Amino acid sequence: MIFKGRVWLFGDNIDTDLIIPGKYLVITDPKELAKHVFENIIESFYTKVKPGDIIVAGKNFGCGSSREHAPLAIKAAGISAVIAKSFARIFFRNAINIGLPVIISDKARDVIKENEVILIDLENGYIERENGERLMIEKYPKFLLEILKDGGLLQTLKRKFGSDND
Amino acid sequence: MGMTISEKILAKAAGKDKVEPGEYIIGKIDLAMFHDLTGPLTLNVLKEVGYDKPWDPNKIVIIFDHQVPANSITTAELHKILRAYAKKYKIKLHDVGNQGICHQVLAEEYVKPGMLVVGADSHTCTLGALGAFATGIGSTEMAAVVLTGELWFRVPESIKFELKGNLRNGVSAKDIILYIIGKMGVDGALYCAAEFTGDVSKLSIDSRLTICNMAIEMGAKTGIINPDEKTFEYTNVPSSYGNIRSDNDAEYIDEIEVYLDELLPQVALPHSVDNVKPVSEVEGIEVDQVFIGSCTNGRLEDLEAVAKILKGRKVKTRTIIIPASPKVYLEAEKRGYIRIFLEAGAVVCNPNCGPCLGGHMGILADDEVCVSTSNRNFIGRMGSPKAKIYLVSPQTAAVTAIEGKLTDPLKYVGV
Ligand code: SF4
Repeated sequence: MIFKGRVWLFGDNIDTDLIIPGKYLVITDPKELAKHVFENIIESFYTKVKPGDIIVAGKNFGCGSSREHAPLAIKAAGISAVIAKSFARIFFRNAINIGLPVIISDKARDVIKENEVILIDLENGYIERENGERLMIEKYPKFLLEILKDGGLLQTLKRKFGSDND
Repeated sequence: MGMTISEKILAKAAGKDKVEPGEYIIGKIDLAMFHDLTGPLTLNVLKEVGYDKPWDPNKIVIIFDHQVPANSITTAELHKILRAYAKKYKIKLHDVGNQGICHQVLAEEYVKPGMLVVGADSHTCTLGALGAFATGIGSTEMAAVVLTGELWFRVPESIKFELKGNLRNGVSAKDIILYIIGKMGVDGALYCAAEFTGDVSKLSIDSRLTICNMAIEMGAKTGIINPDEKTFEYTNVPSSYGNIRSDNDAEYIDEIEVYLDELLPQVALPHSVDNVKPVSEVEGIEVDQVFIGSCTNGRLEDLEAVAKILKGRKVKTRTIIIPASPKVYLEAEKRGYIRIFLEAGAVVCNPNCGPCLGGHMGILADDEVCVSTSNRNFIGRMGSPKAKIYLVSPQTAAVTAIEGKLTDPLKYVGV
């Protein structure tokens, strides 16, 4: 799986309330959620983000609540992947389960620049910068990569249970 | 080499004799919970899968707590969908009248030591206080659990927090966990199981639930405490039942001692839970709203401490008090606490999450300051992104309500 996109830089400890405030949690349509993503950090982020853009953040991205609305909103806004020094664990799980690649890199946030166009190669485990520099990333266990390839746990479940209607 | 309680419970759930930190396992789930905000997404996923029959309806609980009774048409629709699903498969539902904060209801009625518990809510880690391995998951994986009764886990490393000594009057479990998070940072225990040992055994179950509740605020996968006589009594099981405990030679990636004798009342300042100071250093901040409740501090012990302080006094600032469950509410009523709160000028609401997540009631306006016993002070958490939230113990919240400004409860000790 390869992704290429323009970078948005974020800081440390971007919590789920910053990603999508609690008052929007009654919305279940990802497209509607996306309209409010990051609105407390960057005004009308939704209108500024382009399909394929990549977030590069500091440590503990997605800390806070278990709301799956958070990765859903990010994905529906067109973001193709999130790179961070570390992720809060529920966010990490949720992101993979809904098919949003989340990538752990110790170095990315320190060297990559805002608006830089980078490439991510998940299978081979690296990020390639505009200047050709390659940063190694942590590889997933195989079954998680499979879920991502499926496009999320939902597709995996569909395969398993979908035809078995009673 | 021995195993920790977390490793033992995960090993049992995976049908193995031994597991090690870092290992991925598939665990059989003993109890799964979702609520009125995360449940609808789970049902959406099931709908898309085209198959929604639960693996075992007896092991699932649905609880209304975040926006209950319904506060809008949208919420009412979500409740309706969940109600219909519960009815279709005879799943236990805590609907209006029987509603309460999910983690408290689970503690009171469902969780037993040794269980593997998942909830579609991040504070599911609360239940580790009862000697279970309990952790929060997302809505899609909850759908996978509903269908299969299983889920993947990475066996976490454990950090041991050894509590030593006794708390002085006016200081409580909330101060212990705020202090620990202040020292560890919001990612200080990322992916780990935070195991509390030592003189945690002197603390009540209510206090233990408060401590484990906030383990997630330092990034932990769960907070957990070895079961003892108090646990067995609270969960109503014989001590022979699920008596799984950490071995003496279990391995921890870190062991931290926490001294309780000298501990002062603590406060987490805006906008981060690890921005912690003793209350005495920041006293005097003017306060617009005090909230006492939530899955952190809406239990009987908390209300008892608040009632002691509010008895015969009046609040100077608007004060919202919410018992965490119907059981807590009823007992508080019996003991006369509710009357004390009302006479002091506070409003008492039905058991629910209330202002904690800014989605239902007690929402904050721009620039307002709230002193709250809940667990998160993120920007925008309780309403306006321009509001400020200070997290404190029930004792600190109560004296703050009386004074109208942030106040150290030690001043009121013995009064
Ligand atoms: S009380 Fe607050 S933290 Fe606890 S479950 Fe409800 S919204 Fe979440």
